[in-house]
Amino acid sequence: MKSGKEQLVCCSMKKVYITSTSCLSSVGADKQLTWQGLQEGQSGIKKIEKFGFLEDIYAGQIADEVIDTQWNKLNIKGIYTRLEKMLIIALKPMIDLKKPTDTSQLILATTKGNINNLANTGVKGADINDMIQRIADLFGFKTTPIVVCNACVSGILAVSIGKRMIQMGVCEDAYIVAGDELTPFVASGFNSFQAMSDEPCKPFDANRKGVTLGEGSAAVYLSTECTAQETVFEVIGEASIADANHISGPSRTGEGLYLSIQGALREAGITAEQVDLVSAHGTATNYNDEMESIAFDRSELSSTPTHSLKGYFGHTLGAAGLLELVIVIESMLYNQLVVSKGYEISGVSRALNMITANSKLSLNTALKTGSGFGGSNTALLIAKRN
Amino acid sequence: MEQHKYSISKWCTVSEEVVKRFDQVVFEGEKGDFVAFAKAYYKTNEIDYPKFFKMDALSKLAFIGSECLLMDEEFDKPTSDIALLFSNASSSLDTDLKHCESIIDKDSFYPSPAVFVYTLANICLAEVSIKHKLQSENAFFVTPSFDGDLMYTQVKYILETHRAKQVLCAWVEYLEGKYKFFGYMVGSYRQGELEHTRENIKEIYRR
Repeated sequence: MKSGKEQLVCCSMKKVYITSTSCLSSVGADKQLTWQGLQEGQSGIKKIEKFGFLEDIYAGQIADEVIDTQWNKLNIKGIYTRLEKMLIIALKPMIDLKKPTDTSQLILATTKGNINNLANTGVKGADINDMIQRIADLFGFKTTPIVVCNACVSGILAVSIGKRMIQMGVCEDAYIVAGDELTPFVASGFNSFQAMSDEPCKPFDANRKGVTLGEGSAAVYLSTECTAQETVFEVIGEASIADANHISGPSRTGEGLYLSIQGALREAGITAEQVDLVSAHGTATNYNDEMESIAFDRSELSSTPTHSLKGYFGHTLGAAGLLELVIVIESMLYNQLVVSKGYEISGVSRALNMITANSKLSLNTALKTGSGFGGSNTALLIAKRN
Repeated sequence: MEQHKYSISKWCTVSEEVVKRFDQVVFEGEKGDFVAFAKAYYKTNEIDYPKFFKMDALSKLAFIGSECLLMDEEFDKPTSDIALLFSNASSSLDTDLKHCESIIDKDSFYPSPAVFVYTLANICLAEVSIKHKLQSENAFFVTPSFDGDLMYTQVKYILETHRAKQVLCAWVEYLEGKYKFFGYMVGSYRQGELEHTRENIKEIYRR
């Protein structure tokens, strides 16, 4: 279908690696604690008795004390919003490892930014550009930050965008940070869609009842550097193809996700058989999980170990893809599969190999996918090096 | 990497109730009301797409501008040949304000799914992809002002890697009645067309 010329172009492109990662989640205050929590089967999802005007909702909320404790360790002066603190907490470990150079690119993935400010301060306080510029200034970035705002695929798409910028030679490295907050704004909207589960979400399960919302932040550092001493993760393929079907419902045939997975495989020059792990989007809505099962089946991934991490974090929106990618990388580093929490009996029409037990498996190549409102889809393939 | 030449085959702006294509006025509406202007454009161009009336202002703006750029393109549907790269400064804040209004007071707490769905910037891009059946590469960026350099690089990547044959690039900004659409199509270089360079993008944006 595609010409040999394409292969040639792709092969001549620079290789881009994820060399460090970090996160702040409702499961743990940092990456280590989050990973440990997942190993113990802990979920950050809890019942919240009162949230805005909503009552008794389940959500993956980060306690304010956790954010404050992490924040105080950083010794940063100045006034920042809760979300900004979450982003800075995630980003700081990357900066400590390597300071940004004059060409380093900062890329933010978020769906709503400081939307919690909107009612009080109007549009100015909710301006995403102002928010990320404050963070860029804090860490001394010289280039203008970029914001990827593409619904729930934003977190993974930001990695693709950073990779493309490095491959096009506009920067040598990129700091990708993603974050979204649990807010009455978003919760009331999802509730009006009647898309929220009245118990912790159960992705791909027969008894799933919808989405559980969450919040979190994550960061990864992208560069062309690959040293022999360290294990790094090459971004070997990615694509983001729209369903072009419906603004709030996924395609029944999983077309956009299927095409995204095919695009990522094609760029990587590998077959589905070579993928060791699939980290699905798995929001636990009826339509989404069904759509994903069709796309994975069409992509010949039905026997590949698969999980959704929404049972631990809830749906962290713009942060979801990146937060979950950070966990995938830990999983590959330790060759340790993470259980798809909330899954018991298949509730989708196609066979999937859902992970139900913590077990060891050699994990060299993984696929992370995301799908979101607007019929957006992103597939990202990473491979372990060294 | 191989370096190819590409051209900006056409461009269009929508602002102050005027639609321009290649700097020529192609439609002019009554001043002062975007919604009335959008409806007039729809009627005059005999567009038959009832979903248009459910859209928020940002999506209507993206729809009109994209219509102006795509109406004379011939392609099989669905297609992956035309990618979409959109950006703006205010994300979906115009509709965010409406949703916010509906949840601020307990006595009048009435969030609407029809409004909430438009509280994501990329929905305006989705509306264009759905209308024209563009099952293609797409991304939505938020930047303080139109970032021609960012667009140039991302467009070039998509074309160089053969992910699409053309890219529709657009700045789609709408906030509290103030708006601007600036869009252009990039594809293989053809003699006589404006070359796709950073300078030319900035030049046509300034016009």
